Amino acid sequence: MNTLSRVFPMPVHSVMLLIVWLMINSSIGFGHILLGAILGIAIPLLCAPLRVPQPAIKKPIKALLYILLVLKDIVVANIQVAFLVMGPLRRINPGFVAVPLDLPDELPITVLASTVTMTPGTVSGEVSKDKKWLYVHVLDMPENEQEVIDLIKQRYESRVKEIFGC
Amino acid sequence: MSFAVELIISVLLIIGGLFVLVGSIGLLRLQDIYVRLHAPTKATTLGLGSVLIGSMVYMYHQQGFLSINELLITLFLVITAPVTAHILAKAAMHSKANILERTRNQHLVENARKQLPPEQNDQQGEKKD
Repeated sequence: MNTLSRVFPMPVHSVMLLIVWLMINSSIGFGHILLGAILGIAIPLLCAPLRVPQPAIKKPIKALLYILLVLKDIVVANIQVAFLVMGPLRRINPGFVAVPLDLPDELPITVLASTVTMTPGTVSGEVSKDKKWLYVHVLDMPENEQEVIDLIKQRYESRVKEIFGC
Repeated sequence: MSFAVELIISVLLIIGGLFVLVGSIGLLRLQDIYVRLHAPTKATTLGLGSVLIGSMVYMYHQQGFLSINELLITLFLVITAPVTAHILAKAAMHSKANILERTRNQHLVENARKQLPPEQNDQQGEKKD
């Protein structure tokens, strides 16, 4: 058991690397499987010391629904930003907002920050050292900035929280 | 290739091209780095997304099976795009890039740069508003 976990410090990642390697080459020939297996063993061995333990995804179905929701938001808000960019620039009122975070670990925060960046109109800039505040730049800020904070907290953060069960 | 498939592929390619164009125009037109960040990071997601879907439809029609490479490109794009945007915003904060004058809450940049929580006074001030 011990030697097994020494050779495969990240078994899931090893399998994933092999699959991605086969997908990139879109073939399942012996040579590619061999090379993919070597990569799948070597890369986790090299990366294992860098690893920080992260919480696992507790609710995979919720995670899938979350991805669909974000995809929908990306499409809708992309069109809004396209109109903002092409219209008169005077109408754009940018601003910074500090969003209070309720997420304890780095992976959920990363997921939330990435979602905030991917959904147009907001770009996450920085996280405070105590991991309690996320600084966000808003392209077109509504009169009441609390609206943006509430949107991020209710629409995304609560769902991320459920997915990771924290 | 039937006309319907050609039409679908063309529409997808045109939509993709339009969004990438809007992203580039935004990069040119907008005034400060933070606002500029919004245009390319977003346009690439939807623009490249539709180009890739078009490519998938084309490959499916040509080869008879779904090409997986496009899915991988989408995956890598979705993982890397937010990280680059985040690093650019971070770099802009640290190099004290010029900020558009009418940007609200500019004082937050100073705290963000030092990775400190926002000051309590500002919080109360915000609540009064």
